[in-house]
Formats: sequence, structure tokens, C-alpha cells
Amino acid sequence: MRGPAVTRRRAGGVRLASVTTFLGVWALAAAIVEIGRLFNPIFLPGPWVVAGKVLRLGLDGQLWIHVGATLHRVAVGFTTGAALALALGLLAGHVRGVRTLVEPVVELLRPIPPLAMLPLFIVWVGIGEGSKVGFITYATFFPMFLITVAAVGRLDPLLIRAAQSLGARPRQLFLHVILPAALPDILTGVRLGVALSFFVIVISEFIGAEAGLGYLINDGRNFFLVAQMLGAAAVLGLLGYLGNAAVGWLERRLVRWQHTG
Amino acid sequence: MGDPRISIRRLEHWFGAGEHRAPALAGIDLDVAEHEFLCLLGPSGCGKSTLLNIVAGFLRPTAGEVLVDGRPVSEPGADRGVVFQEYVLFPWLTVAGNVEFGPRLAGVPATERRQTVARCLDLVGLGAHAAKFPLQLSGGMKQRAAIARALANNPAIILMDEPFGALDAQTREVLQDELSRIQRLEHKTILFVTHSIREAVYLADRVVVMTSAPGRIKQVFEITLVGPRDRFAPEFTRYESEITRVVKEEVAKVHE
Repeated sequence: MRGPAVTRRRAGGVRLASVTTFLGVWALAAAIVEIGRLFNPIFLPGPWVVAGKVLRLGLDGQLWIHVGATLHRVAVGFTTGAALALALGLLAGHVRGVRTLVEPVVELLRPIPPLAMLPLFIVWVGIGEGSKVGFITYATFFPMFLITVAAVGRLDPLLIRAAQSLGARPRQLFLHVILPAALPDILTGVRLGVALSFFVIVISEFIGAEAGLGYLINDGRNFFLVAQMLGAAAVLGLLGYLGNAAVGWLERRLVRWQHTG
Repeated sequence: MGDPRISIRRLEHWFGAGEHRAPALAGIDLDVAEHEFLCLLGPSGCGKSTLLNIVAGFLRPTAGEVLVDGRPVSEPGADRGVVFQEYVLFPWLTVAGNVEFGPRLAGVPATERRQTVARCLDLVGLGAHAAKFPLQLSGGMKQRAAIARALANNPAIILMDEPFGALDAQTREVLQDELSRIQRLEHKTILFVTHSIREAVYLADRVVVMTSAPGRIKQVFEITLVGPRDRFAPEFTRYESEITRVVKEEVAKVHE
């Protein structure tokens, strides 16, 4: 049997080889620096040094404090952003009046890179938890809002007609047609929002934080702890990957119909 | 015969506004009796789908009115089931979920709903495909599901807008057979838009031929063939050629 299974296994093999090669080249470069004394090896620790550092931080419990701090901020900030974006986006997509009212403001603020607003958040809310959480909410709101509005706008009007002819009232149309029809796009927006959350939390943790993976990186910079910087970055990468996988799992469950046949 | 189920009175419809205003329907008067299967036939652009959309409540006529059981139509409703050429199934629901849609929204209890779904799917021959999603179905199966969905809501009237227009010739004839069989069991009042003369003669009790735009009623044919029809019977072909002659006059006008 030569089929997709064979192709998939081969693709998996190539992927594994690619990662191994990357780690190998990194390890080789670090070893050459170490042995050849090209420059101070603390600037380029090998993968084993980084892994050891992460392991040590994990064992003495420090890592979990930082992971917990970052995850907590992302969870609260992103959930708030998503709730606002979906509620307002569905409303604006569905009700023309709301759209005309909200969209110009969103269009006005959207082109400003969110990071440009970070110092302003700190001036307004201070450097505490509020500004970090609020900033994630602010940054993730725009893409999720716009995608939701577009998803509702793209709805096939015949679906509405079909539902009305089956007796659907306006509230039922919203719940049983508009929402499920827009769901695949909304989940794409959620995926984007999760990625963006991890993107902006690192930067707000660079500025005046006592915990968090961003803090760990910045702390490493101050004390030339390159292994700690790379280790924290790797953990952030892993969290981002898991976040994306969680949305993927949600997609497969909620939009099962797109994943069959 | 009693009062008509659908009563179309001095109906006029214009598309566009200002200088670009164009008449689509001009002075349509038509009654559809209870249990009648009526086909609207005409060249493309004659406004037959517009007329169906007005009866469905999707469009408001510029003038005149449509009465269903004596009451004017102002919006779509569960009393008028619609079957579209594009099927328009809800892709996120299974076949059973689609068929169940109307009864579920109406608050029909689950056990009763299950019976309705099973009965309607059997009626269209989709019993074995209840758990499939629309994406997994062929065009013919999608249209069977859409017909089952309309039947499950038990409307007195079913409006069908070129329902078999997107299907290949073989599937089309099979579905015509099925629809004619279903109608002999269910006795709905059906308004059916088509541009196939053969299809109209095969299915209809009455065929209404419309003029090219603006659409008016050109001629009405009673089809007096009884029971399951034979597409090759001499009477059938006689109807076919008679209606063809009338339709051709209108098609020729479009090209003048």
C-alpha cells in the first residue's frame, strides 16, 4: 500500500531531520566557540547548556512562577479581548447601525502599531498588572473584531432566507445561522489573537515587571545570562505552540463539518 | 375546489431606481388551488424567480399583493417551504440536523422530531445518509436533503426555484420521478419554477407560460394526464410541442 500514510511518515521524517540538523549546527557552533576560544562562550551557550538552565529553573521552582505570571496575564488579557471583540464584532456585523458607529473608530486606531501605545498604557494605568493585562486586551481586540465583522458580512444571504422560510425568528437566526456560519472565521481570529498575546506580553514584561518570562529574558540581558534568555524564549515558544494547538483542537471539535469528507 | 391557497393580485415589480428602473413583472393575476402543482415556465429573465421570491416573502412587490389563505404575505414564514436551486443546506449541520432545523426551532419535542426526520429522509431515499455533512453529498443527494428539510416542517405550500437546474440530466429525471411520487403522497400546494418544458409537463397540473420581460402571463395549460406520467406517451409529447411553440415565440422576442 503506497498511500497518504507513507507520504505522511516520510514528511514526519524530514521534519525530524530538519530539527535535528538545526540543533546539530547550533551545538557545533557552540562547541567550536568553546574549544577554539573565538570569543567568550557565555554569548553562545550550546543547546545542552540552555536545556540544563531550563531544567534547573524548573527544579528550584522559579520557572513555574514566571510561567504562571505570563500565562495568567495572557489568559485574563486575551479572554477579555476576545469577549469584547466577538460581542462587538457579531453585533457590528449583524446590525448596520452599530457597524457605522464603531467601524470608523476602529479604522482610526487600527493602523497604529499596538506597541506604540504601550508607554501610554503605562502612563495611564501604571506599570502594574493592569497595564499588562489591559495592553493584551487592547492589542488582540482589533484583529479579532475585524475578522468577526468580516465573517458575519460574508454570510451567504440565501442561508438567512432558507432559515426564515423554516420559521426562524431574528434571535434564532443569530444563534442558529449567523453564529455557526461565522464560527470558522472567528476561530481563525482567535488563533491570531492567541499568537498576538504572547507577542505583546513579552514586551510589556520587559518594562517594570517582577515576574514573567519577559522579565526573565530582560533579567538575563542585565546580567549576561544568555542561557537564561534563550531558555525563557524557548519556553515562550513552547507556550505559543501549545496555545495554537489548543485553538486547533477547539476548531476540530467545533467545526467538525469542515474536517470530514 | 374552494378558496385558492395562493392568490396573486395585480402584481407588479420593478428593479432598480430612477433612470435605471426596469419592469420585471407587469400585472400578474394568478390563483393556485390547494394541492395543486403549478409550474411557472418562461425564458430566462422573464421574472419567474422574482415572482416566486415575492410569494416566499423575500421581496416586496412594487404594487399588488400576494394572499396566502386570504392573508397578505409580508415576510418569509414556515407556512411556505422553499427549495432553492443552490440547495442552501446548513453546512455545519448533518443531513439529519438540517431536516430537523424547522421542527427544532418550533420547539417540537425530541422524540417526535426524530420520527419526523426518519420519515422525511426515508421519503427522499436518504435514510442511510442521516449522519453525513452536506460537504460529503453529491448534488442530487443535497437536493434530496433540502426537499426533506422543507417537508419536515410540514408547510402547506412548497416553493421550488429551479430545484433541479444544477443537476445532470439523469439525476434530474430521477428526482422528478421522486418529487412526483412524493406529491402523490403528501398533497402539497407546489409552485415550481423551471425553464424545462419537459419537466413542467411531467410534474405540473397546470403550466403557466410567462412572456419575456416584463413578465406577464402568456398562456396557461392544464395538463390532464393522470397518475405517474410517461415521458414517451403521445399525449405527453403533444403537450410538449404545443408548449414549446408558445415558449419559442417569447424566446425569439428576447433575441430581436
